[in-house]
Amino acid sequence: MIDPTLLFEQLFNGFQLGILLFLLAAGLTLVFGIMDLMNLAHGSLYMMGAYFAATVTLATDSFLLGIIAALPATLLLGMLLEVTILRKLYDRGHLDQVLATFGMILFFNELVRLVWGPEGIEVALPDFLNQSVTVFEVPLPMYRIVIIVVGLLVAALIYLLVAKTRTGMLIRAGASNREMVGALGVDIKLVFTLVFGLGAALAALAGALAGPIFAVTIGMGEHILIQVLVVIVIGGIGSIRGAFVGAILIGVIDVLGRSFLDSLFKLFLPVNTAETAAPAVASMLIYILMAAVLFFRPQGLFPARTG
Amino acid sequence: MWLSRENIIGLAIFALLAVVPAIAAVTEIPFYLDLGRRMMILAIGALSLNLIMGYGGMISFGHAVYIGIGAYVVGICAEHELVSGFIQWPLALLVCAVVAFIFGAISLRTRGVYFIMITLALAQMTYFLGVSLDRYGGDDGLPLAEPSAFADLIDLSEKTSLYYLIFVLLLFCLWISRRLIHSRFGMVIQGARSNEERMGAIGFPTFRYKLTAFVIAGVMAGLAGVLLANHTDFVNPDMMHWTRSGDLIIMVLLGGMGNLIGPILGALVFILLEEFLSGITEYWQLIFGPFLILVVLFARGGFLGFLDKKKPTEDGDA
Repeated sequence: MIDPTLLFEQLFNGFQLGILLFLLAAGLTLVFGIMDLMNLAHGSLYMMGAYFAATVTLATDSFLLGIIAALPATLLLGMLLEVTILRKLYDRGHLDQVLATFGMILFFNELVRLVWGPEGIEVALPDFLNQSVTVFEVPLPMYRIVIIVVGLLVAALIYLLVAKTRTGMLIRAGASNREMVGALGVDIKLVFTLVFGLGAALAALAGALAGPIFAVTIGMGEHILIQVLVVIVIGGIGSIRGAFVGAILIGVIDVLGRSFLDSLFKLFLPVNTAETAAPAVASMLIYILMAAVLFFRPQGLFPARTG
Repeated sequence: MWLSRENIIGLAIFALLAVVPAIAAVTEIPFYLDLGRRMMILAIGALSLNLIMGYGGMISFGHAVYIGIGAYVVGICAEHELVSGFIQWPLALLVCAVVAFIFGAISLRTRGVYFIMITLALAQMTYFLGVSLDRYGGDDGLPLAEPSAFADLIDLSEKTSLYYLIFVLLLFCLWISRRLIHSRFGMVIQGARSNEERMGAIGFPTFRYKLTAFVIAGVMAGLAGVLLANHTDFVNPDMMHWTRSGDLIIMVLLGGMGNLIGPILGALVFILLEEFLSGITEYWQLIFGPFLILVVLFARGGFLGFLDKKKPTEDGDA
């Protein structure tokens, strides 16, 4: 039988993973939807953010300073990449974009190996975050609650920015017709650079927050990038709402699959078979879900309006 | 046009490949033989990807999966003491065909970036399946107890024989590809890349044509996998990792997409660059990454396009 406390705990963990995925997916889906850019290097920005944060945290002994430093650093890095390379790719086919951003991944992974060495960095939590809070008689780690709160706040801010502000209006207008907005005298290039920088900063925030949970290592970006791509595809490219729903869905399903598939399979399979099959299916679960969603709704759950 | 630049380069590559075993024997550097085999195997993989990507506009970011599956079928058969190549090889190709059919049927419902991402996700799924196969080595992979046996026909543990077998099979795949793209079938595929609606409107069921091409490419990549298992005497999930699929895309683009010699030239350039750069520095990808970006920005149409100085073919999406 499934223990309700454990179920609650894992639901919570899944939600928290979903929030982290959302931070990455939000930036990526904007870049996808608005600039029509297939950016594989988003995971590299996440990794660079995590390394920046870890470095500053170790140097200053302050976790908060680490995060605060990582955001502008990665924002600048993102804007630099956009201005020097990615901007030239907007008019190219997706294949060129894949190849160039794949080259970026190779570069950044190797750069990290050169600068920080092949070993990862362990980031310890400060004491005030390293405690647990009891909710519904279940002790939950404080830090994960903080991640969720920060993530929800960011989600609300992005929504307000895109839906309610003048900048957001320009972003949406640029997405539906780049040339027209440019012709009306708006510096659309600048808007794109800012959007890309914003996405990079969100990726850095995710990386910095993920540091104490997962280790900060080379290649941390790729693994999560593919999960984020799944999120975006399920949610519908270009849709912030879709990214949010998709991220929570993927986070919860992934965590629950890893925790409970085992017991579920044992209900109708021999113990041995269940123990071999469960981890295999659990690691494939989100991809199966994605295939299923695409089979029935090829444009994702919340297709963004196309212009 | 028989002596086009493309054909001359192709002839030069095959002439070079034909004498590599002799060079390796004379210089007593068996490593050349190893390098040549790896290059030709990857060339078969790149050739198969080019069929769907270059001619069909289907940008598959999971093509290494079929190489991995081909290799795993050989490895798993050998593990169960089923070493006859007459059974292993057709079985491997059949499994690849079935998987490519299923994956293709799912992913070809989508287009553009969705297609890229769903092929990537399906590949990643298969990769994790390989990692979780504890019975067959899991993460660490599976050593191949003995190479595929073909009675008295050919002995694959003899590395020069294996070399020439791969050489002949590469030529065969090139010939098949050539026949395919110049056939009616190939024309439909290329027509669907330029304008799928129009092809549909004049009465071609493009989905079926594209799926068939996808399966053919999967089987050809599976052949590369079968050869790879025999070449490395080892099978592991890393063969299916998404970066391997990225490598295949790089090879096709480096050589020049949408012509037959391009992927073979691309595989050659890729392997040589890898060897050359990793000889210079341990951190060779620090150079290779920016190199890729420069190729995209300034050398559209890959090496052949660069040599020809003609306009590159437009790259459409699936």
